[in-house]
Amino acid sequence: MSGNMNLTLKIWRQKNTKTKGTLVDYKVKDISPDMSFLEMFDVLNEDLITKGDDPIAFDHDCREGICGMCSMHINGRPHGPKDAITTCQLHMRSFSDGDTIVVEPWRANAFPIIKDLTVDRGAFDRIIGAGGFISVNTGNAQDGNTLPIAKHDADAAFAAAACIGCGACVAACKNASAMLFVSAKVNQLAHLPQGQPERMKRVKAMVAQMDKEGFGACTNTGACSAECPKEISLVNIAAMNRDYLKANLISLED
Amino acid sequence: MAALTFILKSSIGNKIIMGLTGLFLIVFLMVHCFVNSMIFMNDGGVLFNEAAEFMGNNVLIRTMEIGLFAGLFIHIFQGLNLMIKNRKARTIGYSVQNGNVSSKWYSRSMGLLGTLLLVFLIIHLRHFWYVSRLTNEITGHSSTMFDEMKEVFANLWVVIVYVLGMISLSYHLMHGFQSSFQTMGWNHNKYTPAIKMIGFWFSVIVPLIFASMPIALHLGLIK
Amino acid sequence: MPINSNIPEGQLEDKWTKYKSTIPLVNPANKRSLEILVVGSGLAGAAAATSLAELGYKVKCFCFQDSPRRAHSIAAQGGINAAKNYQNDGDSVYRLFYDTIKGGDYRAREANVYRLAEISPNIIDQCVAQGVPFAREYGGMLSNRSFGGTQVQRTFYAAGQTGQQLLLGAYSALERQVGMGSVEMLSRHEMLEVVVIEGKARGIIARNLITGELERHFGHAVLLCSGGYGNVFYLSTNAMGSNATAIWKAHKKGAYFGNPCFTQIHPTCIPVSGDHQSKLTLMSESLRNDGRIWVPAKAGDTRNPIDIPEIERDYYLERRYPAFGNLVPRDVASRAAKERCDAGFGVGNSKMAVYLDFKFNMMRYGKVEATKQGLTNAQDSEILALGKEVVKEKYGNLFDMYQQITGENPYESPMRIYPAVHYTMGGLWVDYNLMTNVPGMYALGEANFSDHGANRLGASALMQGLADGYFVIPYTIGAYLSKEIATKAISTDHEAFVDAENAVKERLTKLLSINGNKTVDHFHKRLGKVMWDKCGMARNAEGLKEAIIEIQAIRADFWSHVRVPGASDELNPELEKAGRVADFIELGELMCMDALARNESCGGHFREESQTEEGEAKRDDENYSYVAAWEYNNMNWQMQKEDLKFDNIKIAQRSYK
Repeated sequence: MSGNMNLTLKIWRQKNTKTKGTLVDYKVKDISPDMSFLEMFDVLNEDLITKGDDPIAFDHDCREGICGMCSMHINGRPHGPKDAITTCQLHMRSFSDGDTIVVEPWRANAFPIIKDLTVDRGAFDRIIGAGGFISVNTGNAQDGNTLPIAKHDADAAFAAAACIGCGACVAACKNASAMLFVSAKVNQLAHLPQGQPERMKRVKAMVAQMDKEGFGACTNTGACSAECPKEISLVNIAAMNRDYLKANLISLED
Repeated sequence: MAALTFILKSSIGNKIIMGLTGLFLIVFLMVHCFVNSMIFMNDGGVLFNEAAEFMGNNVLIRTMEIGLFAGLFIHIFQGLNLMIKNRKARTIGYSVQNGNVSSKWYSRSMGLLGTLLLVFLIIHLRHFWYVSRLTNEITGHSSTMFDEMKEVFANLWVVIVYVLGMISLSYHLMHGFQSSFQTMGWNHNKYTPAIKMIGFWFSVIVPLIFASMPIALHLGLIK
Repeated sequence: MPINSNIPEGQLEDKWTKYKSTIPLVNPANKRSLEILVVGSGLAGAAAATSLAELGYKVKCFCFQDSPRRAHSIAAQGGINAAKNYQNDGDSVYRLFYDTIKGGDYRAREANVYRLAEISPNIIDQCVAQGVPFAREYGGMLSNRSFGGTQVQRTFYAAGQTGQQLLLGAYSALERQVGMGSVEMLSRHEMLEVVVIEGKARGIIARNLITGELERHFGHAVLLCSGGYGNVFYLSTNAMGSNATAIWKAHKKGAYFGNPCFTQIHPTCIPVSGDHQSKLTLMSESLRNDGRIWVPAKAGDTRNPIDIPEIERDYYLERRYPAFGNLVPRDVASRAAKERCDAGFGVGNSKMAVYLDFKFNMMRYGKVEATKQGLTNAQDSEILALGKEVVKEKYGNLFDMYQQITGENPYESPMRIYPAVHYTMGGLWVDYNLMTNVPGMYALGEANFSDHGANRLGASALMQGLADGYFVIPYTIGAYLSKEIATKAISTDHEAFVDAENAVKERLTKLLSINGNKTVDHFHKRLGKVMWDKCGMARNAEGLKEAIIEIQAIRADFWSHVRVPGASDELNPELEKAGRVADFIELGELMCMDALARNESCGGHFREESQTEEGEAKRDDENYSYVAAWEYNNMNWQMQKEDLKFDNIKIAQRSYK
């Protein structure tokens, strides 16, 4: 078919966490511009399996940009050359015939590589587990309309809550910092009346866990937000810093 | 007190220290720039020397100078510390990285720019602070600060080093000014654009004024 | 074994309330020694694991993804129903119950559905309390939108990401329990076998997907919350990993499978673009609030849609169903699209698509905006621009998604859409307690067959998943566990565990040793094509009989020619996929058998032999008003019937005209 492409791929191959990895060259032929990037990987893997080679392991699930599982660093950018989308939403029409595409896993010591392009993002779960919640047991709730929430607060909370936990922020940051991820959750709950009782406790606990996981510190380069598929704003980081200061210096809570 | 040590140890605490000391140094830069600009009165350095005299002998200012050095050391120490810590967060890097799409090179190079500034600072302190605060006190008022400046900037190489130092300062501030506000949590849709604009012009104008001093003295534009 | 739905006696309105107060309780000290395994971490699984842990049970939760937050509930877009009647438009528990039963074409249990409607308001309250940022009005109150199959506004939403927000709420609550040590979360673990001891479910065999190690886990009860099996069709709106393995293993260990052929085909998905396609993407049903569906009135009209004048367009849903128009239930809308495309009126390259057009409502919104802004003499183009902004605010993320996938701008020309497999109403048969016929084994959420009958209404899946997890199972599990307090934890050295593990090991070894010449996807695609062509939107006896034979052939071919690379002691996605596809092949056969046995049309199940003169689905209440519960017996199945009784609702031919 006309418009189809032949491409060279340089893909990170690594057997497991302990072994060393390397970039390996692959060729794919006759790739339709309507394919998604991951469908192009499907084609490559089918080919590798047929040839008796080991297919490339990569994380993916929903393939519609919401589960946050796909995680490829493509030509030097998390989720590839287009803004505000995940790898699974990237389509081959963003590339041209003859291109060389370098695909690497997220790189951060807090995200150890499991195999090839698959990394372990368990650190994010542990950060949420440390405080990214409202302590309300099932059945404790009052009527949903009892506490009015101004539309702009609800909207701001939603904008922060849109985070899909993919880790592109960490992958993009030169310090492998998780501040955008953490601040998105902190700030979502800080915008809501329901989030107030634990607000100070939450920010301290989540930041402490984040530090424990070995992420770097934020140096405000803004790369995280620029590469975020959901365009989570840097305002969240500033707001978290403010809450963190307040929690430690002003609040009387332990 | 426990809360304080806790905050100092955390990554956000580290950053807040950077931001606070950075802002403090920005204030110092303003004073320094203001005082030195007096050479542009072109009165043979009379007014400038008076100001320098005052800055050098006023007890309050001298006391604050200790604070200034403390702030500077903390800023440097913390900066290096953060740089090392942050490097440890990613020991295996990317083979291809297209960072310019998502951030500015100088935002990612604060450690490098800071190190260049440190080198410049050592030279600068040797040229003026050491002479005025330490040697002059010992030898008595043998020469004025203005004379000292003319002498130092007679050397073209020194002028070049100073101009390069000011370029580093400009880029360091270009990120640092607005970054310190962000770190302190002062990011607000209504005010942040203004802060960014002020930061930009501050980062351009202040180093420009500083850089113009050695150039003007070297070329003899100021006598 | 005869089946008993265990529906409590009494008036419909009182059944749950009374029953809830009489279910035996387990005292807190005993709860600490009772272990519960939860398989799946979506809305049902996360909600159940959390709520049970809060009560004090020892809970382990398993998911195959890298984090419980990835479960495919996250992809639900439009919203969640609840009978709050905040809009004062006449909604009530009874009306939600009625709409759901009618929407399901009278093939769901009255008592279960009534309970669901009764619980629905509590779900909204619980989610709000967790910090779920539902859309709000300017006054700070919760906002509602309409959905298909209803005439009231009862759908709560968070932009086009309601599922995401609800799941993240449940996930946060779950992680809180994990942080406190009351739930042990096992991510990247896949359940590959159920362990049944003396007729009761007592544990599972799970594979650690990173190391490949097989693990034995004991539980006093096993909850399967593993979602639906739409991926039998290969192409569906399900996630790539969504699978039937957990429920299929349970089925093979004795749990009945209820109504396997009841599949929901969602009318508004982005059409297939080529053979490479790996999945289909849904465009939320909420778009039908503001989009009008049409095809050219003349077959084979290839003009650009914006050049086709109003008079030459056929708004076929509005024409056929004036009362509900574009908001008819999903099954009706899907069939109508298929009918038009089959008749040659389809659009796009493949001719298998219809238009979903927003221009009319963009103009309507634009006029309102123009009035608000005091623009009296606005040009049409200005009005349209204003309208586009309103639409962008409401559905921006969906429009962006459409543009990403198709490369076309839906603000300028209408979307092209076509039906795709979306949800499976069928699932493990469960009683009123959500327990399968195997004691101690439960199924929650999409994994069970329970509440949606033959067709699910939009925004009801989120409601059911959370209802099951938060508000049903914490009560009903007491009925079983109160009798288990004397049961000590069974050692995983028990021979049943050993046998189960060996069976899993044998199967994995077999898959790896075939070393044939065809990939797993090859078989999956073949299966999908048979299912879509012969057990899809329209089915007939002849086609289904052929399908069964074809699927059996695929199964034989699979087990002799599949190639699975790699080893079992490492991360091996192909091996995972192979196991799932092997199960899909078996399940596909059962789906066709069920579809063949049900010689009537109801909801999503349309038998061509059973239709009215106008081509509408024709139910046969006389002969088919039952739940088909299939019992497995070594690749043979026997059907048990659970008769459905409708005492509180007048059963009628479903009409949306």
